[in-house]
Amino acid sequence: MENFELIILLLDATLRTSTPLILAALAGMFSERSGTINLALEGMMLGGAFSAAAVAFYVGSPWVGLLAAIATTIGLSLLHGFACITHKGNQVVSGMAINILMSGLTALVGIALFAQGGKTPALDKASRFQPITFPGAESFRDVPVLGPIYSELLSGHNILVYIAFLAVPAAWWVMYRTRFGLRLRAVGENPGAVDTAGIGVVAMRYRAVICSGVLVGMSGAYLSTAQGASFLQDMTAGKGYIALAAMVFGKWRPFPALAACLLFGFLDAAATRLQGVVLPGIGEVPVQLVQALPYILTVILLAGFIGRAIPPKALGRAYVKER
Amino acid sequence: MSDTMHQMHGTGENGAVHPAIELRGIDKRFGAVHANKEIDLKVDKGTIHGIVGENGAGKSTLMSILYGFYQADGGTIHVDGELCDIKGSDDAISVGIGMVHQHFMLVETFSVLENVILGVEGGAVLRDGVSKAREELERLEREYSLNIDPDAIVGDLSVGLQQRVEILKALYRGAEILILDEPTGVLTPQEADHLFRILETLKEQGKTVVLITHKLREIMAATDNVSVMRQGEMVAHRKTAETSPEELSELMVGRKVLLRLEKGKANPADTVLKVDNLCVDNAQGVRKVKNATFTVRAGEIVGVAGVSGNGQSELLEALGGIRSAAEGSVELSGQDVTPGKGVDAAELRRRGVAHVPEDRHRMAMVTAFTAKEAAILGYEDDNTYQKGALLDWDAISKATANMMAEFDVRPNNPDLKAANFSGGNQQKLVLAREIMRDPELLLVGQPTRGVDIGAIEFIHKRIVAMRDAGKAVLLVSVELDEIMSLADRILVMCDGSIIGEVSAAEANERVLGLMMAGVDPKEAKAVEGQA
Repeated sequence: MENFELIILLLDATLRTSTPLILAALAGMFSERSGTINLALEGMMLGGAFSAAAVAFYVGSPWVGLLAAIATTIGLSLLHGFACITHKGNQVVSGMAINILMSGLTALVGIALFAQGGKTPALDKASRFQPITFPGAESFRDVPVLGPIYSELLSGHNILVYIAFLAVPAAWWVMYRTRFGLRLRAVGENPGAVDTAGIGVVAMRYRAVICSGVLVGMSGAYLSTAQGASFLQDMTAGKGYIALAAMVFGKWRPFPALAACLLFGFLDAAATRLQGVVLPGIGEVPVQLVQALPYILTVILLAGFIGRAIPPKALGRAYVKER
Repeated sequence: MSDTMHQMHGTGENGAVHPAIELRGIDKRFGAVHANKEIDLKVDKGTIHGIVGENGAGKSTLMSILYGFYQADGGTIHVDGELCDIKGSDDAISVGIGMVHQHFMLVETFSVLENVILGVEGGAVLRDGVSKAREELERLEREYSLNIDPDAIVGDLSVGLQQRVEILKALYRGAEILILDEPTGVLTPQEADHLFRILETLKEQGKTVVLITHKLREIMAATDNVSVMRQGEMVAHRKTAETSPEELSELMVGRKVLLRLEKGKANPADTVLKVDNLCVDNAQGVRKVKNATFTVRAGEIVGVAGVSGNGQSELLEALGGIRSAAEGSVELSGQDVTPGKGVDAAELRRRGVAHVPEDRHRMAMVTAFTAKEAAILGYEDDNTYQKGALLDWDAISKATANMMAEFDVRPNNPDLKAANFSGGNQQKLVLAREIMRDPELLLVGQPTRGVDIGAIEFIHKRIVAMRDAGKAVLLVSVELDEIMSLADRILVMCDGSIIGEVSAAEANERVLGLMMAGVDPKEAKAVEGQA
């Protein structure tokens, strides 16, 4: 029974830790499926997290903070698009530039506004996304097995967690069942086909990176106003890259990407939970090892051990009409 | 879209029949290049109209302007007598113009149906439009006998079928005028025949077809009228029935051209290249050449025919030493030179094998280099080019100028960037580099791809001169005309295997075409006998 509780707690934490990864991975998918490499997820997440925390602090509402985060990341997406789509710049360089820019800029503005060494002030309850308790969660708690699953695992998360999980089927539907999705996938495979079909390639790619901006903005806001209670310098700590790896691991498709995010989230949760825990037969698990696991796994996965990931054909290539 | 899809095209307001397309004074420059000079063109409704010209004559540019890919600097476009302002592909589609591009504009990971509806989905949610699209597609397939499975993934289809998808795309958008840009470059002769039958059907249904090609045979066989372009100008309009290939080629080049190469009988001597049971795999481990066995003797040209992608490239690359043999052996004048075991391209060059690769830009030269740098590639460690530890640039310049003079490379300037020469002159430079080393064996792939007629004549003469000097030549080409006019013996490859050998005397297009499609040579000849 104690083990069962441990598992429930671990899975519960998995949902929390994988939420920002899911949102960012979907963001990456929208951008990359249209042919634009989005290495800037890390920096955009950071920018979103800062905007959300700062605005939520001043206004006192997490929702306004969320909108500010999304506005910030759409702005950054447009900047990325301006460099890569309009001016056909190198997409990797543009992405890295945004990451470096945001790492410095969030700290700079943070110090200028709040003078707390780059942090934003701690948010009070009203300025953060609060857990939502499902009806009857308390009374079900003591029902064996199903009780903890319902009241502990499913209930009691903030709204962004639920949005992230609902965003996966929504993204799938948009991608595979709508005109927009068809054109978006086409423009990432063969922009010439889209152009000759009378659809603007540039406009299509901008729309895709804007979608990307909306999603990654939510993941940033989640870090500083839902999971945490303030912005901390470089608080994303590589989550943008992990999300990107999860997307590649998921072969640029929503549900496999979700699975990859959950795996990475689980390892992250395990690292926290296993801190100091003595496992029978193994002894105390060195926490550094568990913390390193997502990264080790990423390297192994990207090295191509589990199936070959075939990226969209036009990924990373600006569209130039040929003569 | 549906409102424009079935737009009426026909007679003008006073009942007079307008040409389907009329271009007046179309002018277009790309920087210093004047691609189209004051072009006038009339295409009659319900005809197949050919446009011929050498590479770079401006045919594709003109059609791209008509399809809204580029904007003309001057001139007007009239469709059915109406002045049209075509700013983009969507404008062209809305006035009933459809285009089948030389490089297919298809999404390979999509199904046929998805490719067809892209851009005309019929609603924000796909489901609404798809069932209607499926019916319409089936109707079109029946009407024009274009059999194809709407749910097949395009990337899995043969190029011939992919081309049909492109035609269906245009028809689905309500095209009344169909432009085809070099449509037969990737097809077997049989597939090309099928295409021309489809075009005939389209014509019978009242559609207008514009066929861009550099193959005069196709013009003569398939078109009603023909227009000739040369160096950006429209130089002549003819009724196909009233012209001849000789006249058309003269108009294209601006001078008389020998279409049929004059060459004497071959005098084959000792075996130079002996290939035994050679198998070659590609990078993915797929076997691309299967048990190839053949010989090439001194003083003969052996041609390898086949539809592009049937293993010829890998065969040539293996013999050139840039791809290892998986099985089998290769002998050069009795010595083992099986590629892979210590035998690489450099070693083969030392032993007198010259290799002109198929892909000029990717394999034969560095386009960012100057002509003299490109002219020593592969031979840069030759003693005549060294001065101590450094390269002797004076000697190299002199050697390059010599090559350029000998092979008529224009302009004769060793310091000009390779990229700034025309395709024909680049190819002549590569041939000069390889042939002037006086090799025993010349491996040459697609020697005249993207080369204009005048240069083709020259290149062919030089290859025959190699043969007459008692050298062995292995020629890989997807141009049947080229194989038939150059080779003394012809090997046909299909799906990695050499399916048979035909002597030049008994070769004709039908037999070769059937063999290229995988028909056993005996059967192919039998079929030919009945025909």
